[in-house]
Amino acid sequence: MPALKELEEAYLLSQKDREFQRELVALRKTYIGRPTSLYFAKRLTERLGGAKIYLKREDLAHTGAHKINNAVGQVLLAKKMGKKRVIAETGAGQHGVATATGAALLGLECEIYMGSEDMKRQSLNVFRMRLLGAKVTEVATGSKTLKDAINDALRDWTTNVRSTHYVLGTVFGPHPFPVMVRDYQSVIGREAKKQILEAEGRLPDCLIACVGGGSNAMGLFYEFLNDDVKMIGVEAGGKGIESGEHAARFAGGSIGVFQGCKSYLLQDDDGNVLGTHSVSAGLDYASIGPEHPFLRDTGRVEYSYATDDEALNAFELLSKTEGILPALESAHAVAEVAKRAPEFASDKIIVVNLSGRGDKDVQHVARIKGIEL
Amino acid sequence: MTRIGRAFKRLKKDGGKAFIPYIMAGDPSLETTKETVLMLEQCGADIVELGVPFSDPLADGPTIQRAAERALKNNVTLRKVIAFVKDIRSSTQIPLILMTYFNPVFKYGSERFIRDASDAGVDGLIIPDLPPDEAADFIKNARKANLDTIFLLAPTSTEDRIRIVAKVSRGFLYYVSITGTTGSGLLFDGSMERLISEIKGCTDTPVAVGFGVSTPEDAAAVAKVADGVIVGSAIVKRLHETPDTLKDYVISLRQAIR
Repeated sequence: MPALKELEEAYLLSQKDREFQRELVALRKTYIGRPTSLYFAKRLTERLGGAKIYLKREDLAHTGAHKINNAVGQVLLAKKMGKKRVIAETGAGQHGVATATGAALLGLECEIYMGSEDMKRQSLNVFRMRLLGAKVTEVATGSKTLKDAINDALRDWTTNVRSTHYVLGTVFGPHPFPVMVRDYQSVIGREAKKQILEAEGRLPDCLIACVGGGSNAMGLFYEFLNDDVKMIGVEAGGKGIESGEHAARFAGGSIGVFQGCKSYLLQDDDGNVLGTHSVSAGLDYASIGPEHPFLRDTGRVEYSYATDDEALNAFELLSKTEGILPALESAHAVAEVAKRAPEFASDKIIVVNLSGRGDKDVQHVARIKGIEL
Repeated sequence: MTRIGRAFKRLKKDGGKAFIPYIMAGDPSLETTKETVLMLEQCGADIVELGVPFSDPLADGPTIQRAAERALKNNVTLRKVIAFVKDIRSSTQIPLILMTYFNPVFKYGSERFIRDASDAGVDGLIIPDLPPDEAADFIKNARKANLDTIFLLAPTSTEDRIRIVAKVSRGFLYYVSITGTTGSGLLFDGSMERLISEIKGCTDTPVAVGFGVSTPEDAAAVAKVADGVIVGSAIVKRLHETPDTLKDYVISLRQAIR
């Protein structure tokens, strides 16, 4: 608890610290490559035959995903707090890569916890992290995925709390993480709003984003919460809800208290956390950032899910129609667009958060298709 | 006053220190757990801490994580551990503490859990991921049901924190000797003595130390400064790997804690 209080105080101070904010804005511009573009996907729009589809190109951010927005913010904060070392959990490897990158940029020691199952699926990202100077530690307990990596990162943090900051990668965990990560990611929505007003002279009709922990979705949605804009979060439907092999917390979970917050959780009748499944490591997680249940229960955001097969189809669809390989996580959002766009008139606008690029998934997709590379 | 309170009162009168072994309920089976509790009592344990298996035991190191995995494979749940306590109460009146994480309690229903645990004969609760700041109702209900709420303090705990935790802890205060998880090494850098005397300045509630105690020498050193010594991982490890050596080991701990 004292570590969380220390973090909250440091974070609130940094929000008012002009020098800190100037540094962060400069890094966003010159290092991350922001603003990322808002791209009108003309061929995808024509193919689906409905609403105009815009892609918020977080895949073009440095390291290839939105994760860098939060990682650079938190590592900069850690440095200001006088921490010598940062640690992080990673699922798909994107947050691990982003944190390792931030640590290299700012000269801090870095250790990344990753489930052994995910290390297999995302071997390329494991090597990337090591190239960036980070130590990657395998987590072979429990389900050997993201939740177990978070457990071990939290254990490390409680052990080394004096020297170490834990760069939690999503809008989850104990306060202030959900707020802090949302704030660092909300740059996505601020840019998207400005860009769509420039391109179309009006707000979009609908926003769509995939939801694992939920940081890219919060990042896009937050700026639009008070506007008349429909929002859809897309969870991982895995092999289908009935199969039990999925990560759809709203469709298949109930309220629980886990890893420092109260939210929806995939759990059994005795409160043990269930194993999850998704083709995308980044969505393969048993709980969801606590602001999402709030947005769902108040009716502000609608949540649906896409199955592995739907996501894989969307992965190919976007690759072939637009020449953009989406991350398998983001492909879940694209799958939802493929379902929804035809329901809209052609003068309506959908903005999709393309949260990451798919290069990391190429090997995995080839494996699924039975192709040897 | 619970059995825990009475145990510390008796120890204080006799000038002794509490020996508090921890075992994981259901590892390798609830029958073994019963035999082990009775053996621990026979060897002079003052209080027994029973771990409730959970899928994501955040505060535990590898030894207890594995024990929890084994117990879960045997389908041991919070419900079954409560029933176990009820059953064992016909054989022993040793003070019993459940160490569980919060989600199983939340899923069970906090109020129902408190009532059922108390009815079964549980004396105290340790829930490492339930900070007192979030537990006002829980503490109130546990108090009514005569269940001790035992909260944790760490070497990083600030003065404010110590005051908050001391105020809501009953039975004893659990001082985590290290920053880290259960089963790590014990640190002799003077911080434990400093923190314990700071805690003692805030409260009359006894202070027991756990998380890093693995040898009789560790136990003896801790017993010099604390009111009780908790030994977990080292016992769990022996019970799993070399069960024949457990009894002698427990006796050596008991002798060291004076």
